[in-house]
Amino acid sequence: MAILIQFAIGLIFGLGLIVSGMSNPAKVLNFLDVGGIPAGTWDASLAFVMAGAVAVTFIGFNRVLKLARPFFAERFYVPTRTDIDARIVAGPAIFGIGWGLAGFCPGPALTALGFGSASAFIFVAAMFAGMVLARFIAQLPSSARFVTPADPLET
Amino acid sequence: MIATPFTPIASLLGGALIGLAAVLLMWARGRIAGVSGIAARLLPPYEDREFAGRLAFIAGLIAVPVLVRLATGSLPAQTIAAGTPVLIVAGLLTGFGSVWGSGCTSGHGVCGLSRLSVRSLVATITFMAAGMATVFVMRHWS
Repeated sequence: MAILIQFAIGLIFGLGLIVSGMSNPAKVLNFLDVGGIPAGTWDASLAFVMAGAVAVTFIGFNRVLKLARPFFAERFYVPTRTDIDARIVAGPAIFGIGWGLAGFCPGPALTALGFGSASAFIFVAAMFAGMVLARFIAQLPSSARFVTPADPLET
Repeated sequence: MIATPFTPIASLLGGALIGLAAVLLMWARGRIAGVSGIAARLLPPYEDREFAGRLAFIAGLIAVPVLVRLATGSLPAQTIAAGTPVLIVAGLLTGFGSVWGSGCTSGHGVCGLSRLSVRSLVATITFMAAGMATVFVMRHWS
């Protein structure tokens, strides 16, 4: 049952990506192109995606996190870290460059697989390779001196 | 460059659906709907027993266009201008950076900002700025 619900949640998320226009890299790049503002080619739509998503999530999280526990789990897994280390800047900086090059972030790239384009498959394969590499490097003993030896994926 | 129309209503609505999915995942499983974290954990090393649920969520993401095409007979525009070498470099950077920085647009940008997390605010400002700088260099520096 929980598995089916998670599939349905993935469907809702993916539908949101398509309806909002996030699944179109051209639209994402036109949003990131602030240099296009003077020429009038800037597409501000994605600011509205963020606004809609954050508004609903902010209200929803406030209500849900007041519950004793999730419906299909023992407890809530909410990130607890508050420290600002080098990785919380370096990681997003690297990710942002990749995002600006192709117009894909992870969610839309995965949804793009369902569009059946070869480009999406190439991007997603490289993306998984990058993810594996990052998790591997984060676990090396030598990097433990520089980074917090916590789960590298913990937000 | 292909011009895209400004779609505030559809984008707000789509964004609300993304938010609804994030709230539902927290309600059902108590987890952050961060796509990079969910996707990265589909590959080893495995730290918990959530594999099937993560796979189901990702399968849902991929199934949407297939279902939309079945239901409506068409799909909305999707233009991928980047060639293969750029796609490979971009994919590597996106995958590496999102794991290194503990999240992407959904984990930090949607869920993190909604939790008023300072880490996620720093991350979101950084990837927005890096993305904008990259597009600026690609489009206006040649």
